[in-house]
Amino acid sequence: MLKNLCQKMFGRSLWVYHANSGGCNGCDIEVLNVLTPYYDAERFGIKLVGSPRHADVMLCQGPAMRSTAKALQRAYEAMPAPKLVFAIGSCACGGGIWFDSYSVLGPVEKLIPVNYYIPGCPPRPEAIIYGVAVALDLVDKKTAPVQFKQTELPIPRYHPADLEGQGEMVVYKKIEPV
Amino acid sequence: MSLLSKLKEAVVCLKAGRVTLPYPAQTQPVPPRFRGRPIFDAAKCIGCAGCANNCPAREILVFDVCQEVRILKYLGRRCTYCGRCADVCPEKAITMSHEFENATNSIGDIQQKLDLFMSTCQRCGRCFKEPSPLEQLKLKGYRFDDLANERWIFRSKAYLTEEAAVDDVKIELD
Repeated sequence: MLKNLCQKMFGRSLWVYHANSGGCNGCDIEVLNVLTPYYDAERFGIKLVGSPRHADVMLCQGPAMRSTAKALQRAYEAMPAPKLVFAIGSCACGGGIWFDSYSVLGPVEKLIPVNYYIPGCPPRPEAIIYGVAVALDLVDKKTAPVQFKQTELPIPRYHPADLEGQGEMVVYKKIEPV
Repeated sequence: MSLLSKLKEAVVCLKAGRVTLPYPAQTQPVPPRFRGRPIFDAAKCIGCAGCANNCPAREILVFDVCQEVRILKYLGRRCTYCGRCADVCPEKAITMSHEFENATNSIGDIQQKLDLFMSTCQRCGRCFKEPSPLEQLKLKGYRFDDLANERWIFRSKAYLTEEAAVDDVKIELD
């Protein structure tokens, strides 16, 4: 009974390890902002730990770089088994704007499996808390892939049927400002 | 003396009140000039691909199915929300929204895909003009980006094969 109670009370307190594999420190600052009293991530039981061996969650910032690839993989392997990986920022989600330079391998999902993505450059502290809340099932995710189809041309096309006579002049009916 | 100072501290702490924002329950409005996710308006878009040519992260892919139909796909994985696509858009079809809550468990959720009608122009049908002559050099009429592997292809005659979506960073350059 005590075990059940403990699982219910402490089941979702995540210990977070914060791995930067070559980012610009923008996302680091936002992650540390989340831990300040204003945003206070300890409401969700989130605690920053210094070693991947203590952690449940790895927050990845920065792209997968050639110089830190091995270190990132070793940090991931050092984490105990039920583990989550959050990719924070556009570098970790997709490689960043220096995605095609020689030392950048790409997104971190090239090296380690990623569970949750928080895009943004850097993401707001609220966005990071939102990602954590999505992972904890507190809120639903808001994004979904969108597809639009144009059913007609946005620019009015010239067509002789739209010409009409006004006195001596011939006026094109469908002129709209584009 | 020390007890008094402790009491003073307690009073100060009680006066300060609670500063924590109860975030997922209650939101704070973002600043007015905040740039969030770009939203593409398919009704206004003329398909000039100016956004795709100017995107620093190369996250907008353009694929010409035929003369009349062009597919424009925004991936948004490494989008830095710089707002350059909204700046260059001649029709103001792209707006930088205030949406920042984009956290997902699959990266494909952020993408937007537009199927556009193109007018038949005698030259190339693609009417965007770059502002400087140097940038006009890199402009090309038809574009065949790799939609299946989600990669930007610089030359229209370049052809990339057999790599996964994660491996999109190897772009063939002239």
